[in-house]
This record gives sequence, structure tokens and C-alpha cells, in this order.
Amino acid sequence: MLCGLLRPTHGQAIVLGCDTASDTDQVKQRIGYMSQKFSLYYDLTCIENMKFYAGLYGLQGQIKKDRIQNVLKLMQITEKRAVLAGSLSGGQRQRLALGCAILHRPEVLVLDEPTSAVDPTSRRLFWNLLAELVKDGKTTILVTTHFMDEAEHCDLIGFLRAGRLIANGSPQNLKAALPARLILLDYPTPGTSQQALKKSGMPYLDAYFFGQHFHVLIATHTQIPKNLYYHAADLTMEDVFIFYDKQQRKGPL
Amino acid sequence: MTRLLAMLYKEVLQMKRDPITLIIMFMLPLVQLLLFGFAIHTDIKHQSTAVFDQSLTQESRDLLASFTNSEYFDINYVAHTFQEANTLVDGGRAKVAIIIPPDLASNVKHGHSTPIQVIVDASDSTSSSTAISAAQAIGQLKSQELMLKHNPRITDTDLNLYDIRIRAWYNRDAVTVYYMLPGIMGIILTMTMVMITSMSIVRERERGTLEQLMVTPLKTWELMVGKVIPYIFVGYVQTTVSILVGIGIFALPMRGSIFLLYGLTTLFIIASLTLGLVISTISKTQMQAMQMSFLVFMPSVLLSGFIFPREAMPAFFYYLSALLPMTYYIDILRGIILKGNTLLILYSQAAALLIFIIITFLIAVKKFTRMMN
Repeated sequence: MLCGLLRPTHGQAIVLGCDTASDTDQVKQRIGYMSQKFSLYYDLTCIENMKFYAGLYGLQGQIKKDRIQNVLKLMQITEKRAVLAGSLSGGQRQRLALGCAILHRPEVLVLDEPTSAVDPTSRRLFWNLLAELVKDGKTTILVTTHFMDEAEHCDLIGFLRAGRLIANGSPQNLKAALPARLILLDYPTPGTSQQALKKSGMPYLDAYFFGQHFHVLIATHTQIPKNLYYHAADLTMEDVFIFYDKQQRKGPL
Repeated sequence: MTRLLAMLYKEVLQMKRDPITLIIMFMLPLVQLLLFGFAIHTDIKHQSTAVFDQSLTQESRDLLASFTNSEYFDINYVAHTFQEANTLVDGGRAKVAIIIPPDLASNVKHGHSTPIQVIVDASDSTSSSTAISAAQAIGQLKSQELMLKHNPRITDTDLNLYDIRIRAWYNRDAVTVYYMLPGIMGIILTMTMVMITSMSIVRERERGTLEQLMVTPLKTWELMVGKVIPYIFVGYVQTTVSILVGIGIFALPMRGSIFLLYGLTTLFIIASLTLGLVISTISKTQMQAMQMSFLVFMPSVLLSGFIFPREAMPAFFYYLSALLPMTYYIDILRGIILKGNTLLILYSQAAALLIFIIITFLIAVKKFTRMMN
């Protein structure tokens, strides 16, 4: 909808000061978009895909050539330029797609779950590239993701639940605003931790297995019984998200 | 303009990446025309014939000679009983059986008429009707010949009070190939052009590339025009192959202007392509698009006048066929190739195609916009 593909059912969406419904062309020219599914042409080479998209954004002549060279280098796919997109690895395809989306130097880059099918190394490289892109301060990146560790990279996070924004802020603020803290119970197994929690009778917001550990989310003011062995831990984005999600579920929906 | 050029660049590259489809499209007219041209003859000569000659006289031999000389009948079997002649036709070995009565010679001498029985296997209507008319003509000619011989006072003109002389215009010898080939050219274009574009947009949708296209500033019409233009040239190649095969191998006449033919063919190609675009915007999968193309293809073959004359159709089908671009193109093809028609005669067909293009293009754009929402 933000890219001008769909019309809002009601209300309006403003991107870069333009109404997405009425100034669709403006919006399209000034944003870049990359979807979770690889949506370039498998039967074209990297450079052909890039030339095509450069043309669609109205780039011509020397500027077009230079931009393509730069982006190929930036995305580290220069040596793959003449390879069909269909024969690239997942990570390379993803970088090619990102490359095509930034050829026209968009002011806003919309990435829809960009790393959903990519190995961890490529994921890391990809996020480094994104950091590179925002360095000059001219590009804003909007990412949707299911990975909360990825969300921590961002300056501003918004949680969406069933199409509604349930919380937003910087990672630090979101964590600080949570009226809760996280403790890890120090029992030999997560199972015995769970039993100990039950026995102690301490009120808690949430408790869940986390690998070999047992995480308990408690309200800030909750007194921890003396007989419970624990140590405090830092909240992760995942805890924050689950907290808001549960809150919404309990609340009047 | 840059965007449209980019679109063309991409479409042409993709076409090149799929050389098999391209080769098939160029081979198709060649193969189809050769198949239809050589295999389909509705004026069937040399039909296998059985004879039961009970007369065995000079007169009967004379009569049979005129049957064979007509080239329509090849006497392959000589039957000795009526039953035997019947069996030959029943078994399909003979398509025609000629039964000559024993009293032929005496009847001829006395100037009486003699019934000659000709049995025709009419399970195949085209070949049988050719045989029937050929046999009748031979009978008539033979009778006149005999009457003249017996009665020298009768002149040629006495025999034919009504002298009807039929001249078959445009296709004097009623050569089926002439009639069929122009139609086949149109059928090939319909089939390939509609199918190719009907797949094009659905394919992009299935692969997810359409979504990416739609977030770029590319306009809907640019997308559509970009999809159509490259295939106009494929259509030209097909048309050229068809014309070369038609003229080179089947001696098809080219009585009208070849430039006019290409000009109006362009209209037909575009009309087929835009029709394909409509199909592409309303179908959800490539499979659906393929089936819908056939839905267009079959009526184009059956209703356009390619096989059956439109004038003989029930009103409903007559008007239905007016919605098919092929109907107009058949007129154009036969008009230019066989009759040497000019635009002065074909302007209404040209206008119909033009209207068809505009309407289908608008529908495609509209359907597409709705689909994206």
C-alpha cells in the first residue's frame, strides 16, 4: 500500500509528503522496493536485470552505466554480472534484488522480509550493506521482518499485530518502557526450573523455555522470593514483542 | 519513452533466451501450410472405382473410357456380379461402383436411353459430391455426343436451349489450396499470437515479477505496449514464411498489393495480441490462460468462414462470428490474395479490426488495474 500498489480502504498514506493514492507516480519514482520472494527475471543475467530496472526508473546513458557499475561493486556481485539470475545463490540473488531497488537512489527503501530464505553469513553481509546505505543519511529503510534480532539493528521499531500498530519506538525505549524485567532461573534443567517457579507462588507475566534455560518475565515491582535461585538478564526484542502481543490478546480486542 | 524501451529490451532478451519457442513459431507456418496444402484436397480425383460391365461391348468400353479420362475415376476393380460390386464398396476398397446394364449396346443403337447405375460411398460427403457431379457431367456429355452421331441434323445449339456457362472467378479451377491457404495463414497467426500474449502477463504474475514491476514508475499501457510490439515482428516473420510457402510451393497467386496485405495483417496481429492481453489479465494461472486461448481459437476456426461459409450459419452464430477478428481477416486474406481487392473494398474489415483493437486494449488496461487492486 505504501508503494502505491494498493489503495487504502480508508484513511490515507503519506510517503515523503506525497499521498500514495493520488501522487502514485511521485511515490513510485522516489521509493525502492524489494519483496521477500525473488522477483527479478531468472532468464536474464545480473547486468540485464539491472539495465532493465535502470530503464524503468528513467536512467539513461553514462549515468545508467556508472550507477550499475557502482551498485554491482557495492553488492559484491561484479564477477557475477554475466551470470543468469536463475543460477545465483540465495544470498547473491538477494543482493542483486537490493541492487536493482537502489539503482535510482530512492529516498525510501521498502524491504519486505528480505532475509527470509538466506543463510546467516549472507544475512550478516546484507545487514552490513543496509548499514552502508543509510550512512549518508539520504536514505530511509523500512524493513518488515519476523526476526527480532534483525529488528534490533533498526533505529525505530513498530510492532504490528493483526494489522494494527501496537507499539513503536527505538529498541532502547521499547525495552525501557516495558514495565517488566527478565530473570533466568538457575536450576539444573528447564523442567525443574518450571516446577520451582510453580512452588514459589511468585506472580509472573510470562514464562517460557529458552533452550537450556527457563525465562520468566515479571512485573518490575514484583518481589522475588528468597528461595528462588535466579539471575537477571537483559530483555531481548523478542520478549518485548511477546509482552505486547500477550497484552493485546488479554486486553479488549 | 525510456521505460517503454527498457520494457522492449527485456521482452526481446527473454524471447532470445527461449529459442525453442521462437523456432517453433517460425516453423509452424511452414509445417502447417505444407500439411494442409498437400493433404487436404476437397476436389478429390482418382477415386477407386469398381465396374460391373454386363454389356462388354464397344459402347460400354467407350463409356468407361470417358469415366477414366475425366481423371476422377480410377477403375481398379472389375466385378463379375452385382453382389461383388456391392461388396467392394461396402468394404471401402472402391468408393464408386459403375453398373452397366446388358442392353446398353442395343439401346444406344435404337436411340433409347439406358440407365447407368453409379453407386457412390457418401460417408465422406466431399469426395462423394465430387464423384456425383463428375458422373452426371460425363453422362450428359456422352448422351449429347451419341445424339449428335445418330441424328446429324441436330446441331450443338439445339441441345442446349439454355446455355449456362459458369465462370468461377478468382479461383477458376476451384483449387482448394487457393481457398484454404490464406485461411490457414490467419489460423496460425491467431493461434500463436493469442496464446503468446495470453501467457505473458500471467507468467509474470505467477513468478512474482509483476509485483516488482508495479512498484516502479512503469505505466500499465507501457507494460502492455511493451508486451505487444516484439510479437508484431514475430507475426511478420510468420506471415512472410506463409506467403513464401504459398507462392513458392503452392503457386498461390498474389493478385493484390503485398503492402496492403502487410498493413492489414499488422492490424490483425495487434488485434490478436490485445485479445491475448485481455485473457492474460482475467486468468489466474498460465494453465487457465492456455485453456481460454483455445476457447477463442476453436470458434476462430469454425465460425470465421475459414471452413464453413458464414452465410449458412444460424443468426446467433453469424453475429457471434462478427466478434472474432479472424472473421475479418479471412475476408482480407482472400480478398487481397485471390481477388486483388484494394482498401476501397476492405475498409470496413480494416475498421472492424481497429475498433476491436481499441476495445480490447481498453478492457485489458482496465482489468489489469482492477486486478492489481
